[in-house]
Amino acid sequence: MATKKDQLEVQPREEVETQNSERTRAQRLFVPRADIYETDKVIMVVAEIPGADEKSVDVVVEKNVLTINAYIEPLQPAGYELAYAEYEQGDYQRSFRLSDQIDREGIKAVVNDGELRLTLPKAEAAKTRKIKVVAA
Amino acid sequence: MLRRYPRTNLWREMGQLQREMNRLFDSSQQGRLFTSPSYPAINLWTNEDGQVISAEMPGVRMQDIDISLTADALSLSGTRHPDEVARDAHFHRQERSYGTFSRTIQLPFMVDPDKVEANFKNGVLTIWLPRAEADKPKTIAIKPGK
Repeated sequence: MATKKDQLEVQPREEVETQNSERTRAQRLFVPRADIYETDKVIMVVAEIPGADEKSVDVVVEKNVLTINAYIEPLQPAGYELAYAEYEQGDYQRSFRLSDQIDREGIKAVVNDGELRLTLPKAEAAKTRKIKVVAA
Repeated sequence: MLRRYPRTNLWREMGQLQREMNRLFDSSQQGRLFTSPSYPAINLWTNEDGQVISAEMPGVRMQDIDISLTADALSLSGTRHPDEVARDAHFHRQERSYGTFSRTIQLPFMVDPDKVEANFKNGVLTIWLPRAEADKPKTIAIKPGK
């Protein structure tokens, strides 16, 4: 894992490949960078979605696929012209496949400082059921 | 980086500024290659009254960002801390990096330090840098000859 003394570097941005379908929004669509880690109780997903707040993020679980969509309102200071750009503003989309051990009902999503934090609780292991045997 | 020339040499400074601006425009149009010399990547907007600098730094906390301003340069520095992960956690994927950053941006004009404003929202830092009144170009009225 990276230590505190490391220098942060700008990482290249990956675009979502759209097959067969075309975007209906003018902005480009990026894959947000994410960290995924697991503890005994939860799996955490932390994704970078700078510019999005809790109102502009959708998290949808369909069957066993969880999809994040973040719609960014691009920054455009009124009366100013863009003179120089090192990054491009755009929307974010990414899907994750959920394993059976995730409790779908308990998923939580929090947005703060441009990070989306998904808490995916692990379901308690299916308890073994004992069948009582009775005499006929 | 822009170099500042003595104030008296206005033409030279203007020529330099023009070349810089042309270079910036060219590089931002070439196949949309967005690169940045160091963290954070910035975007820069200008008009005759000043400029606006924005930087994306998701996951950096407001209290971990330092902004300092000299007469003609702006410095951004800070740290992005990793999650305080429980010891038993193990990573499935680690695409993000953590650590310190420091970057100095040369400004093409003098800034009025009392009017600089910065805000940090949803991981995007925006800094408004109004041009100092004394630094603004003056219109010279032409009087008819007698």
